[in-house]
Amino acid sequence: MTTTELSPLRGTTSAGPPVISLRGLRKSYAGRVVLDGLDLDVHRGECFALLGPNGAGKTTAIEVLEGVRRRDAGEVLVLGEDPAAAGRAWRARLGVVAQGEAAGQALSVRETLDHFAHYTAIPRPTDELLAAVGLTEKAGTQVARLSGGQRRRLAVALGVQGNPELVFLDEPTTGMDPVARRQFWQLVRDLRDGGTTVLLTTHYLDEAAELADRVGVLAGGRLVEVAPPGELGAPLRRLATVSWLEDGRRRQVRTESPASVLRDLLANTPHEVPGLTVTRPGLEDVYLQLVGATPGGDL
Amino acid sequence: MTAVLTERPAPPSTARIALARVGLELRLFFRQRQQVAFSFAYPVVMMVIFSAILGGDERPGDIPFAQYFLAGIAATGIMLVSFQAVGTAIADERESGVLERLQLLGTPPVAYFAGKAGQVLVTTAAQLALLLPVARYGYDVPMPADLGHWLTFGWVAALGALAGTVLGIAVSALPGSASSVSTGISALALVLQFFSGVFFGFLELPGWMQQIAALFPLKWLTQGMRSAFLPEQAGAFEIAGSWEHGRTVLVLLAWVIIGVVICARTFRWRRGEG
Repeated sequence: MTTTELSPLRGTTSAGPPVISLRGLRKSYAGRVVLDGLDLDVHRGECFALLGPNGAGKTTAIEVLEGVRRRDAGEVLVLGEDPAAAGRAWRARLGVVAQGEAAGQALSVRETLDHFAHYTAIPRPTDELLAAVGLTEKAGTQVARLSGGQRRRLAVALGVQGNPELVFLDEPTTGMDPVARRQFWQLVRDLRDGGTTVLLTTHYLDEAAELADRVGVLAGGRLVEVAPPGELGAPLRRLATVSWLEDGRRRQVRTESPASVLRDLLANTPHEVPGLTVTRPGLEDVYLQLVGATPGGDL
Repeated sequence: MTAVLTERPAPPSTARIALARVGLELRLFFRQRQQVAFSFAYPVVMMVIFSAILGGDERPGDIPFAQYFLAGIAATGIMLVSFQAVGTAIADERESGVLERLQLLGTPPVAYFAGKAGQVLVTTAAQLALLLPVARYGYDVPMPADLGHWLTFGWVAALGALAGTVLGIAVSALPGSASSVSTGISALALVLQFFSGVFFGFLELPGWMQQIAALFPLKWLTQGMRSAFLPEQAGAFEIAGSWEHGRTVLVLLAWVIIGVVICARTFRWRRGEG
Protein backbone atom coordinates (compact mmCIF):
# COMPACT_ATOMS: atom_id res chain seq x y z
CA MET A 1 0.00 0.00 0.00
CA THR A 2 2.96 2.36 0.40
CA THR A 3 3.50 4.63 -2.51
CA THR A 4 6.85 6.05 -3.40
CA GLU A 5 5.61 8.69 -5.76
CA LEU A 6 6.67 12.20 -4.78
CA SER A 7 4.50 15.14 -5.58
CA PRO A 8 6.20 18.48 -5.81
CA LEU A 9 4.93 21.31 -3.67
CA ARG A 10 4.73 24.06 -6.19
CA GLY A 11 5.24 27.71 -5.43
CA THR A 12 2.14 29.57 -4.47
CA THR A 13 2.58 32.67 -6.56
CA SER A 14 3.06 31.32 -10.05
CA ALA A 15 0.14 31.42 -12.44
CA GLY A 16 0.72 27.86 -13.65
CA PRO A 17 -2.09 25.49 -14.55
CA PRO A 18 -5.33 25.83 -12.57
CA VAL A 19 -5.54 23.96 -9.28
CA ILE A 20 -9.08 22.95 -10.12
CA SER A 21 -10.35 22.58 -13.65
CA LEU A 22 -13.87 21.48 -14.54
CA ARG A 23 -15.33 21.00 -18.01
CA GLY A 24 -18.91 19.88 -18.47
CA LEU A 25 -19.26 18.27 -15.05
CA ARG A 26 -22.60 16.49 -14.84
CA LYS A 27 -24.21 14.49 -12.08
CA SER A 28 -27.70 13.26 -11.42
CA TYR A 29 -29.29 11.14 -8.73
CA ALA A 30 -32.03 8.78 -9.84
CA GLY A 31 -32.84 10.90 -12.86
CA ARG A 32 -32.77 14.22 -10.97
CA VAL A 33 -30.09 16.45 -12.46
CA VAL A 34 -27.98 18.03 -9.72
CA LEU A 35 -25.02 19.33 -11.73
CA ASP A 36 -25.83 20.25 -15.29
CA GLY A 37 -22.52 20.94 -17.01
CA LEU A 38 -20.18 22.94 -14.77
CA ASP A 39 -17.16 24.69 -16.26
CA LEU A 40 -14.72 26.29 -13.86
CA ASP A 41 -11.05 27.05 -13.28
CA VAL A 42 -9.71 27.88 -9.83
CA HIS A 43 -6.18 29.23 -9.70
CA ARG A 44 -3.35 28.65 -7.28
CA GLY A 45 -3.58 30.80 -4.18
CA GLU A 46 -7.14 31.85 -4.90
CA CYS A 47 -10.08 31.71 -2.52
CA PHE A 48 -13.11 30.69 -4.54
CA ALA A 49 -16.62 30.57 -3.09
CA LEU A 50 -19.37 28.41 -4.52
CA LEU A 51 -22.51 30.22 -3.55
CA GLY A 52 -25.99 28.87 -3.89
CA PRO A 53 -29.19 27.97 -2.08
CA ASN A 54 -29.65 24.63 -0.34
CA GLY A 55 -29.93 21.82 -2.83
CA ALA A 56 -28.14 23.75 -5.56
CA GLY A 57 -25.49 21.05 -5.87
CA LYS A 58 -22.65 22.70 -3.94
CA THR A 59 -21.91 19.69 -1.78
CA THR A 60 -22.15 17.30 -4.71
CA ALA A 61 -19.68 19.43 -6.66
CA ILE A 62 -17.20 19.54 -3.80
CA GLU A 63 -17.53 15.80 -3.21
CA VAL A 64 -16.71 15.11 -6.85
CA LEU A 65 -13.63 17.33 -6.49
CA GLU A 66 -12.62 15.49 -3.32
CA GLY A 67 -12.82 12.20 -5.17
CA VAL A 68 -15.47 10.70 -2.91
CA ARG A 69 -18.34 10.89 -5.37
CA ARG A 70 -18.52 9.62 -8.92
CA ARG A 71 -19.52 11.92 -11.72
CA ASP A 72 -21.70 11.04 -14.69
CA ALA A 73 -19.77 13.04 -17.26
CA GLY A 74 -17.24 15.77 -17.74
CA GLU A 75 -13.53 16.37 -17.23
CA VAL A 76 -12.28 17.05 -13.74
CA LEU A 77 -8.70 17.85 -12.80
CA VAL A 78 -7.73 18.68 -9.24
CA LEU A 79 -4.04 19.38 -8.61
CA GLY A 80 -3.43 17.95 -12.04
CA GLU A 81 -5.11 14.60 -11.44
CA ASP A 82 -8.53 13.07 -11.93
CA PRO A 83 -9.98 12.75 -8.40
CA ALA A 84 -11.83 9.56 -9.37
CA ALA A 85 -8.54 7.80 -10.07
CA ALA A 86 -6.03 9.59 -7.85
CA GLY A 87 -4.24 7.87 -4.98
CA ARG A 88 -2.95 8.62 -1.52
CA ALA A 89 -0.10 10.86 -2.66
CA TRP A 90 -2.66 13.12 -4.32
CA ARG A 91 -4.96 13.03 -1.30
CA ALA A 92 -2.09 14.10 0.93
CA ARG A 93 -2.04 17.43 -0.93
CA LEU A 94 -5.69 18.14 -0.13
CA GLY A 95 -7.17 19.37 3.10
CA VAL A 96 -10.83 18.93 3.85
CA VAL A 97 -12.63 20.63 6.67
CA ALA A 98 -15.17 17.88 7.24
CA GLN A 99 -18.51 18.17 9.02
CA GLY A 100 -18.51 14.90 10.92
CA GLU A 101 -17.05 13.81 14.19
CA ALA A 102 -13.25 13.73 14.45
CA ALA A 103 -12.03 10.44 15.94
CA GLY A 104 -14.05 10.01 19.09
CA GLN A 105 -15.92 12.07 21.64
CA ALA A 106 -13.83 10.68 24.48
CA LEU A 107 -10.55 12.07 23.13
CA SER A 108 -9.16 15.44 24.12
CA VAL A 109 -8.46 18.08 21.50
CA ARG A 110 -4.73 17.46 21.75
CA GLU A 111 -5.13 13.68 21.57
CA THR A 112 -7.24 14.07 18.45
CA LEU A 113 -4.65 16.23 16.71
CA ASP A 114 -1.79 14.00 17.86
CA HIS A 115 -3.60 10.96 16.52
CA PHE A 116 -4.28 12.36 13.08
CA ALA A 117 -0.68 13.55 12.82
CA HIS A 118 0.12 9.89 12.10
CA TYR A 119 -1.79 10.02 8.82
CA THR A 120 0.38 12.62 7.13
CA ALA A 121 4.04 12.70 6.22
CA ILE A 122 4.48 16.35 7.13
CA PRO A 123 2.14 17.23 10.00
CA ARG A 124 2.14 20.73 11.39
CA PRO A 125 3.11 20.64 15.09
CA THR A 126 0.08 20.22 17.34
CA ASP A 127 0.87 23.31 19.42
CA GLU A 128 1.15 25.42 16.31
CA LEU A 129 -2.24 24.17 15.09
CA LEU A 130 -3.85 24.76 18.48
CA ALA A 131 -2.60 28.32 18.48
CA ALA A 132 -3.65 28.92 14.87
CA VAL A 133 -7.27 27.97 15.57
CA GLY A 134 -7.39 29.44 19.07
CA LEU A 135 -7.83 26.17 20.92
CA THR A 136 -4.66 26.27 23.01
CA GLU A 137 -6.64 26.67 26.20
CA LYS A 138 -8.96 23.83 25.22
CA ALA A 139 -6.14 21.38 24.39
CA GLY A 140 -6.98 19.12 27.33
CA THR A 141 -10.75 19.30 26.91
CA GLN A 142 -12.71 16.29 25.67
CA VAL A 143 -14.18 16.74 22.22
CA ALA A 144 -17.59 15.88 23.72
CA ARG A 145 -17.40 19.03 25.84
CA LEU A 146 -16.55 21.47 23.04
CA SER A 147 -19.07 24.00 21.75
CA GLY A 148 -20.18 23.83 18.14
CA GLY A 149 -17.84 26.65 17.14
CA GLN A 150 -14.90 25.02 18.90
CA ARG A 151 -15.59 21.76 17.09
CA ARG A 152 -15.54 23.59 13.79
CA ARG A 153 -12.19 25.08 14.72
CA LEU A 154 -10.86 21.64 15.54
CA ALA A 155 -12.13 20.53 12.13
CA VAL A 156 -10.18 23.37 10.53
CA ALA A 157 -7.05 22.40 12.42
CA LEU A 158 -7.44 18.82 11.19
CA GLY A 159 -8.10 20.06 7.66
CA VAL A 160 -4.80 21.92 7.45
CA GLN A 161 -2.72 19.53 9.56
CA GLY A 162 -1.00 17.94 6.57
CA ASN A 163 0.10 21.25 5.00
CA PRO A 164 -2.37 20.97 2.11
CA GLU A 165 -2.02 22.94 -1.09
CA LEU A 166 -5.77 23.04 -1.56
CA VAL A 167 -8.41 23.20 1.15
CA PHE A 168 -12.10 22.42 0.78
CA LEU A 169 -14.54 24.05 3.17
CA ASP A 170 -18.12 22.85 2.79
CA GLU A 171 -20.51 25.26 4.48
CA PRO A 172 -18.01 25.82 7.25
CA THR A 173 -19.94 28.34 9.34
CA THR A 174 -23.42 26.84 9.25
CA GLY A 175 -24.81 26.98 12.76
CA MET A 176 -22.10 29.26 14.14
CA ASP A 177 -22.88 32.34 16.20
CA PRO A 178 -21.70 35.68 14.77
CA VAL A 179 -18.58 35.86 16.94
CA ALA A 180 -17.45 32.35 16.06
CA ARG A 181 -18.17 33.13 12.44
CA ARG A 182 -15.90 36.19 12.43
CA GLN A 183 -13.12 34.20 14.10
CA PHE A 184 -13.55 31.51 11.51
CA TRP A 185 -13.30 34.02 8.68
CA GLN A 186 -9.97 35.17 10.05
CA LEU A 187 -8.76 31.57 9.96
CA VAL A 188 -9.68 31.30 6.31
CA ARG A 189 -7.96 34.61 5.52
CA ASP A 190 -4.83 33.35 7.28
CA LEU A 191 -4.91 30.21 5.18
CA ARG A 192 -5.25 32.15 1.99
CA ASP A 193 -2.52 34.59 3.03
CA GLY A 194 -0.30 31.57 3.56
CA GLY A 195 -0.70 30.72 -0.11
CA THR A 196 -3.21 27.90 0.23
CA THR A 197 -5.87 27.62 -2.44
CA VAL A 198 -9.30 27.57 -0.81
CA LEU A 199 -12.58 26.35 -2.24
CA LEU A 200 -15.51 27.08 -0.01
CA THR A 201 -19.21 26.55 -0.35
CA THR A 202 -21.67 28.70 1.46
CA HIS A 203 -25.21 29.92 1.29
CA TYR A 204 -24.28 33.11 3.08
CA LEU A 205 -23.66 35.97 0.72
CA ASP A 206 -21.74 38.08 3.24
CA GLU A 207 -19.38 35.18 3.82
CA ALA A 208 -18.61 34.88 0.13
CA ALA A 209 -18.14 38.64 -0.18
CA GLU A 210 -15.90 38.68 2.88
CA LEU A 211 -13.58 35.84 1.96
CA ALA A 212 -13.60 35.08 -1.74
CA ASP A 213 -11.51 36.44 -4.57
CA ARG A 214 -14.17 35.13 -6.91
CA VAL A 215 -17.66 33.84 -6.38
CA GLY A 216 -19.48 31.29 -8.49
CA VAL A 217 -23.24 31.35 -8.15
CA LEU A 218 -24.67 27.86 -8.47
CA ALA A 219 -28.35 27.56 -9.26
CA GLY A 220 -30.30 24.77 -10.87
CA GLY A 221 -27.12 22.75 -11.35
CA ARG A 222 -25.40 25.47 -13.36
CA LEU A 223 -22.93 28.23 -12.61
CA VAL A 224 -25.08 31.21 -13.51
CA GLU A 225 -22.28 33.66 -12.86
CA VAL A 226 -18.61 33.69 -11.87
CA ALA A 227 -17.14 37.02 -10.80
CA PRO A 228 -15.30 38.82 -8.02
CA PRO A 229 -17.83 39.59 -5.28
CA GLY A 230 -17.79 43.29 -6.09
CA GLU A 231 -18.64 42.65 -9.72
CA LEU A 232 -21.26 39.99 -9.17
CA GLY A 233 -24.36 40.67 -11.20
CA ALA A 234 -22.80 43.77 -12.79
CA PRO A 235 -25.49 44.18 -15.48
CA LEU A 236 -28.21 43.84 -12.87
CA ARG A 237 -26.47 46.27 -10.60
CA ARG A 238 -26.16 48.91 -13.28
CA LEU A 239 -29.96 49.17 -13.17
CA ALA A 240 -30.86 51.87 -10.69
CA THR A 241 -34.38 52.47 -9.50
CA VAL A 242 -35.60 56.06 -9.38
CA SER A 243 -38.68 56.35 -7.24
CA TRP A 244 -40.84 59.27 -6.16
CA LEU A 245 -44.39 60.20 -5.19
CA GLU A 246 -46.65 61.77 -7.73
CA ASP A 247 -50.17 62.78 -6.72
CA GLY A 248 -49.79 60.58 -3.65
CA ARG A 249 -48.88 57.50 -5.68
CA ARG A 250 -45.43 55.94 -5.90
CA ARG A 251 -43.83 55.89 -9.27
CA GLN A 252 -40.74 53.86 -10.20
CA VAL A 253 -38.39 53.87 -13.14
CA ARG A 254 -35.66 51.25 -13.59
CA THR A 255 -32.84 52.65 -15.64
CA GLU A 256 -29.18 52.36 -16.48
CA SER A 257 -28.89 56.16 -16.55
CA PRO A 258 -30.60 57.47 -13.43
CA ALA A 259 -29.00 60.90 -13.84
CA SER A 260 -30.83 61.63 -17.04
CA VAL A 261 -34.10 60.34 -15.57
CA LEU A 262 -33.55 62.67 -12.65
CA ARG A 263 -32.70 65.56 -14.93
CA ASP A 264 -36.00 65.16 -16.79
CA LEU A 265 -37.92 64.66 -13.58
CA LEU A 266 -36.48 67.78 -11.94
CA ALA A 267 -36.98 69.83 -15.10
CA ASN A 268 -40.67 68.94 -15.11
CA THR A 269 -41.22 69.48 -11.39
CA PRO A 270 -40.87 73.08 -10.22
CA HIS A 271 -40.83 72.35 -6.50
CA GLU A 272 -39.54 69.54 -4.27
CA VAL A 273 -40.07 65.98 -5.51
CA PRO A 274 -41.73 64.12 -2.62
CA GLY A 275 -40.34 60.73 -1.59
CA LEU A 276 -37.52 60.87 -4.12
CA THR A 277 -35.02 58.00 -3.91
CA VAL A 278 -32.41 56.53 -6.21
CA THR A 279 -31.41 53.00 -5.28
CA ARG A 280 -29.16 50.38 -6.74
CA PRO A 281 -29.62 46.71 -5.95
CA GLY A 282 -27.37 45.40 -3.20
CA LEU A 283 -25.35 42.21 -3.49
CA GLU A 284 -28.20 40.30 -1.89
CA ASP A 285 -30.79 41.56 -4.38
CA VAL A 286 -28.51 40.60 -7.23
CA TYR A 287 -27.89 37.20 -5.73
CA LEU A 288 -31.57 36.52 -5.24
CA GLN A 289 -32.22 37.43 -8.84
CA LEU A 290 -29.35 35.23 -10.02
CA VAL A 291 -30.60 32.15 -8.19
CA GLY A 292 -34.11 32.82 -9.38
CA ALA A 293 -35.60 33.42 -5.96
CA THR A 294 -37.28 36.67 -6.99
CA PRO A 295 -39.79 37.30 -9.75
CA GLY A 296 -37.16 39.45 -11.46
CA GLY A 297 -34.89 36.44 -11.82
CA ASP A 298 -34.16 34.80 -15.12
CA LEU A 299 -34.58 31.16 -14.08
CA MET B 1 3.42 26.95 6.85
CA THR B 2 6.38 24.85 5.91
CA ALA B 3 7.86 27.19 3.39
CA VAL B 4 11.17 25.43 2.81
CA LEU B 5 9.53 22.21 1.70
CA THR B 6 9.84 21.53 -1.98
CA GLU B 7 9.17 17.79 -2.11
CA ARG B 8 6.31 16.14 -0.35
CA PRO B 9 7.36 12.81 1.14
CA ALA B 10 5.23 9.72 0.54
CA PRO B 11 2.27 9.29 2.92
CA PRO B 12 2.92 7.18 6.03
CA SER B 13 2.83 3.42 5.51
CA THR B 14 -0.27 1.33 6.16
CA ALA B 15 1.57 -0.33 9.05
CA ARG B 16 2.30 2.99 10.74
CA ILE B 17 -1.29 4.13 10.50
CA ALA B 18 -2.49 0.70 11.66
CA LEU B 19 -0.32 0.98 14.76
CA ALA B 20 -1.69 4.43 15.55
CA ARG B 21 -5.20 3.09 15.09
CA VAL B 22 -4.68 0.18 17.49
CA GLY B 23 -3.62 2.68 20.15
CA LEU B 24 -6.61 4.88 19.39
CA GLU B 25 -9.13 2.04 19.39
CA LEU B 26 -7.88 0.72 22.72
CA ARG B 27 -7.98 4.16 24.26
CA LEU B 28 -11.52 4.75 23.01
CA PHE B 29 -12.67 1.30 24.12
CA PHE B 30 -11.38 1.60 27.65
CA ARG B 31 -12.92 5.05 28.02
CA GLN B 32 -16.40 3.65 27.41
CA ARG B 33 -17.01 2.31 30.87
CA GLN B 34 -20.35 0.68 30.11
CA GLN B 35 -18.96 -1.22 27.17
CA VAL B 36 -15.93 -2.33 29.16
CA ALA B 37 -18.09 -3.53 32.04
CA PHE B 38 -20.50 -5.33 29.72
CA SER B 39 -17.80 -7.01 27.65
CA PHE B 40 -15.97 -8.33 30.66
CA ALA B 41 -18.91 -9.19 32.88
CA TYR B 42 -21.07 -10.89 30.23
CA PRO B 43 -19.27 -14.24 30.04
CA VAL B 44 -18.84 -14.39 33.80
CA VAL B 45 -22.53 -13.69 34.37
CA MET B 46 -23.51 -16.30 31.76
CA MET B 47 -21.25 -18.80 33.49
CA VAL B 48 -22.91 -18.09 36.81
CA ILE B 49 -26.47 -18.26 35.44
CA PHE B 50 -26.12 -21.39 33.33
CA SER B 51 -24.18 -23.25 36.00
CA ALA B 52 -26.84 -22.39 38.55
CA ILE B 53 -29.59 -23.75 36.28
CA LEU B 54 -27.90 -26.71 34.64
CA GLY B 55 -24.99 -27.32 37.00
CA GLY B 56 -26.10 -30.86 37.86
CA ASP B 57 -26.25 -32.02 34.23
CA GLU B 58 -23.53 -33.94 32.52
CA ARG B 59 -22.57 -33.84 28.89
CA PRO B 60 -21.66 -36.93 26.82
CA GLY B 61 -18.55 -38.62 28.13
CA ASP B 62 -19.33 -37.87 31.77
CA ILE B 63 -18.14 -34.31 31.44
CA PRO B 64 -19.57 -31.93 34.03
CA PHE B 65 -21.77 -29.23 32.55
CA ALA B 66 -19.58 -26.33 33.67
CA GLN B 67 -16.57 -27.78 31.92
CA TYR B 68 -18.46 -28.28 28.67
CA PHE B 69 -20.10 -24.91 28.95
CA LEU B 70 -16.87 -22.95 29.61
CA ALA B 71 -15.79 -23.67 26.04
CA GLY B 72 -19.06 -22.29 24.69
CA ILE B 73 -19.09 -19.26 26.91
CA ALA B 74 -15.46 -18.41 26.10
CA ALA B 75 -16.38 -18.62 22.42
CA THR B 76 -19.49 -16.51 22.78
CA GLY B 77 -17.57 -13.93 24.82
CA ILE B 78 -15.02 -13.64 22.02
CA MET B 79 -17.86 -13.28 19.53
CA LEU B 80 -19.28 -10.47 21.62
CA VAL B 81 -16.11 -8.37 21.73
CA SER B 82 -15.21 -9.10 18.12
CA PHE B 83 -18.21 -9.57 15.84
CA GLN B 84 -20.85 -7.69 17.82
CA ALA B 85 -18.73 -4.84 19.17
CA VAL B 86 -16.90 -4.25 15.89
CA GLY B 87 -20.01 -4.37 13.71
CA THR B 88 -21.85 -1.95 15.97
CA ALA B 89 -18.89 0.40 16.33
CA ILE B 90 -18.31 0.64 12.58
CA ALA B 91 -21.98 1.36 11.89
CA ASP B 92 -21.78 4.16 14.49
CA GLU B 93 -18.57 5.56 13.06
CA ARG B 94 -20.03 5.53 9.59
CA GLU B 95 -23.05 7.47 10.78
CA SER B 96 -21.13 10.02 12.82
CA GLY B 97 -18.78 10.89 9.96
CA VAL B 98 -15.64 9.42 11.52
CA LEU B 99 -15.24 7.12 8.52
CA GLU B 100 -15.80 9.94 6.07
CA ARG B 101 -12.87 11.77 7.61
CA LEU B 102 -10.69 8.67 7.34
CA GLN B 103 -11.66 8.36 3.69
CA LEU B 104 -10.76 12.00 3.02
CA LEU B 105 -7.40 11.41 4.67
CA GLY B 106 -6.79 8.53 2.28
CA THR B 107 -6.64 5.97 5.08
CA PRO B 108 -6.05 2.45 3.71
CA PRO B 109 -9.07 0.34 4.79
CA VAL B 110 -6.70 -2.40 5.95
CA ALA B 111 -5.11 0.01 8.44
CA TYR B 112 -8.54 0.76 9.82
CA PHE B 113 -9.38 -2.97 10.06
CA ALA B 114 -6.06 -3.64 11.77
CA GLY B 115 -6.91 -1.06 14.41
CA LYS B 116 -10.15 -2.90 15.15
CA ALA B 117 -8.42 -6.28 15.17
CA GLY B 118 -5.67 -5.11 17.51
CA GLN B 119 -8.19 -3.71 19.95
CA VAL B 120 -10.26 -6.91 19.75
CA LEU B 121 -7.24 -9.13 20.48
CA VAL B 122 -6.32 -7.14 23.58
CA THR B 123 -9.91 -7.06 24.79
CA THR B 124 -10.30 -10.80 24.17
CA ALA B 125 -7.20 -11.53 26.22
CA ALA B 126 -8.46 -9.39 29.09
CA GLN B 127 -11.90 -10.96 28.97
CA LEU B 128 -10.56 -14.52 29.05
CA ALA B 129 -8.10 -13.63 31.80
CA LEU B 130 -11.13 -12.73 33.88
CA LEU B 131 -13.32 -15.68 32.89
CA LEU B 132 -10.87 -18.53 33.37
CA PRO B 133 -10.11 -17.95 37.06
CA VAL B 134 -13.85 -17.72 37.75
CA ALA B 135 -14.38 -21.09 36.04
CA ARG B 136 -11.35 -22.66 37.69
CA TYR B 137 -11.91 -21.52 41.26
CA GLY B 138 -15.68 -20.99 41.24
CA TYR B 139 -16.74 -24.10 39.33
CA ASP B 140 -13.74 -26.43 39.49
CA VAL B 141 -13.37 -26.52 35.76
CA PRO B 142 -9.98 -27.97 34.88
CA MET B 143 -7.78 -25.67 32.83
CA PRO B 144 -6.17 -26.91 29.57
CA ALA B 145 -4.27 -30.05 30.48
CA ASP B 146 -0.81 -29.21 29.18
CA LEU B 147 1.16 -26.76 27.10
CA GLY B 148 -0.24 -28.26 23.91
CA HIS B 149 -3.80 -27.61 25.07
CA TRP B 150 -2.90 -24.09 26.16
CA LEU B 151 -1.43 -23.44 22.71
CA THR B 152 -4.65 -24.76 21.16
CA PHE B 153 -6.59 -22.42 23.42
CA GLY B 154 -4.35 -19.54 22.30
CA TRP B 155 -4.61 -20.02 18.57
CA VAL B 156 -8.31 -20.81 18.67
CA ALA B 157 -9.00 -17.65 20.68
CA ALA B 158 -6.83 -15.46 18.44
CA LEU B 159 -8.15 -16.83 15.15
CA GLY B 160 -11.70 -16.75 16.44
CA ALA B 161 -11.36 -13.13 17.52
CA LEU B 162 -9.89 -12.16 14.14
CA ALA B 163 -12.56 -14.05 12.19
CA GLY B 164 -15.23 -12.43 14.36
CA THR B 165 -13.73 -9.03 13.61
CA VAL B 166 -13.91 -9.68 9.88
CA LEU B 167 -17.51 -10.85 10.17
CA GLY B 168 -18.25 -7.67 12.15
CA ILE B 169 -16.72 -5.50 9.43
CA ALA B 170 -18.83 -7.31 6.87
CA VAL B 171 -22.14 -6.97 8.69
CA SER B 172 -21.55 -3.31 9.52
CA ALA B 173 -22.57 -2.68 5.92
CA LEU B 174 -26.12 -3.88 6.56
CA PRO B 175 -28.60 -1.27 5.36
CA GLY B 176 -30.28 1.13 7.73
CA SER B 177 -29.30 3.48 10.51
CA ALA B 178 -26.58 2.64 13.03
CA SER B 179 -29.14 1.65 15.63
CA SER B 180 -31.01 -0.66 13.28
CA VAL B 181 -27.72 -2.24 12.18
CA SER B 182 -26.88 -2.76 15.84
CA THR B 183 -30.22 -4.49 16.41
CA GLY B 184 -29.66 -6.70 13.37
CA ILE B 185 -26.21 -7.66 14.59
CA SER B 186 -27.51 -8.62 18.04
CA ALA B 187 -30.20 -10.78 16.46
CA LEU B 188 -27.68 -12.42 14.17
CA ALA B 189 -25.32 -13.09 17.07
CA LEU B 190 -28.11 -14.67 19.09
CA VAL B 191 -29.15 -16.97 16.26
CA LEU B 192 -25.54 -17.85 15.54
CA GLN B 193 -24.98 -18.76 19.19
CA PHE B 194 -27.84 -21.25 19.16
CA PHE B 195 -26.86 -22.67 15.75
CA SER B 196 -23.25 -23.07 16.80
CA GLY B 197 -23.95 -25.12 19.89
CA VAL B 198 -22.84 -22.57 22.42
CA PHE B 199 -25.69 -23.26 24.85
CA PHE B 200 -26.54 -26.82 23.87
CA GLY B 201 -24.48 -29.72 22.70
CA PHE B 202 -23.82 -29.21 19.02
CA LEU B 203 -24.71 -32.88 18.39
CA GLU B 204 -28.24 -32.33 19.61
CA LEU B 205 -28.97 -29.73 16.91
CA PRO B 206 -30.81 -30.65 13.69
CA GLY B 207 -28.57 -31.37 10.72
CA TRP B 208 -29.51 -28.30 8.70
CA MET B 209 -28.61 -26.09 11.65
CA GLN B 210 -25.26 -27.79 11.98
CA GLN B 211 -24.56 -27.26 8.32
CA ILE B 212 -25.39 -23.57 8.36
CA ALA B 213 -23.34 -23.11 11.51
CA ALA B 214 -20.34 -24.78 9.85
CA LEU B 215 -20.14 -21.84 7.43
CA PHE B 216 -19.59 -19.34 10.23
CA PRO B 217 -16.62 -18.96 12.56
CA LEU B 218 -18.48 -19.34 15.86
CA LYS B 219 -19.08 -23.09 15.44
CA TRP B 220 -15.38 -23.69 14.84
CA LEU B 221 -14.37 -21.35 17.60
CA THR B 222 -16.60 -23.22 20.06
CA GLN B 223 -15.39 -26.62 18.88
CA GLY B 224 -11.79 -25.48 19.11
CA MET B 225 -12.39 -24.26 22.65
CA ARG B 226 -13.85 -27.64 23.60
CA SER B 227 -10.70 -29.27 22.27
CA ALA B 228 -8.66 -27.12 24.63
CA PHE B 229 -10.80 -27.61 27.74
CA LEU B 230 -12.23 -31.12 27.42
CA PRO B 231 -10.33 -34.38 27.77
CA GLU B 232 -8.83 -35.83 24.60
CA GLN B 233 -11.37 -38.67 24.31
CA ALA B 234 -14.31 -36.24 24.27
CA GLY B 235 -13.38 -35.51 20.66
CA ALA B 236 -15.14 -38.73 19.79
CA PHE B 237 -18.42 -37.03 20.60
CA GLU B 238 -17.96 -34.32 17.98
CA ILE B 239 -19.77 -34.61 14.65
CA ALA B 240 -16.70 -35.79 12.80
CA GLY B 241 -15.64 -38.00 15.69
CA SER B 242 -12.57 -35.86 16.26
CA TRP B 243 -11.57 -32.28 17.12
CA GLU B 244 -10.90 -31.45 13.45
CA HIS B 245 -8.09 -29.00 14.23
CA GLY B 246 -7.03 -28.88 10.61
CA ARG B 247 -10.46 -27.90 9.40
CA THR B 248 -10.88 -25.40 12.25
CA VAL B 249 -7.69 -23.61 11.26
CA LEU B 250 -8.73 -23.70 7.64
CA VAL B 251 -12.19 -22.23 8.17
CA LEU B 252 -11.08 -19.56 10.61
CA LEU B 253 -8.06 -18.58 8.48
CA ALA B 254 -10.27 -18.45 5.41
CA TRP B 255 -12.58 -16.09 7.23
CA VAL B 256 -9.64 -13.88 8.18
CA ILE B 257 -7.77 -13.82 4.89
CA ILE B 258 -10.54 -14.05 2.30
CA GLY B 259 -12.75 -11.91 4.51
CA VAL B 260 -10.19 -9.12 4.75
CA VAL B 261 -9.61 -9.11 1.01
CA ILE B 262 -13.34 -8.91 0.30
CA CYS B 263 -13.92 -6.29 2.99
CA ALA B 264 -11.03 -4.13 1.78
CA ARG B 265 -12.51 -4.14 -1.71
CA THR B 266 -16.13 -3.61 -0.82
CA PHE B 267 -15.75 -1.46 2.29
CA ARG B 268 -17.88 1.70 2.21
CA TRP B 269 -16.67 4.70 4.16
CA ARG B 270 -20.07 6.33 3.88
CA ARG B 271 -23.66 5.49 3.16
CA GLY B 272 -24.83 5.64 -0.44
CA GLU B 273 -22.51 5.51 -3.38
CA GLY B 274 -18.78 5.67 -2.83
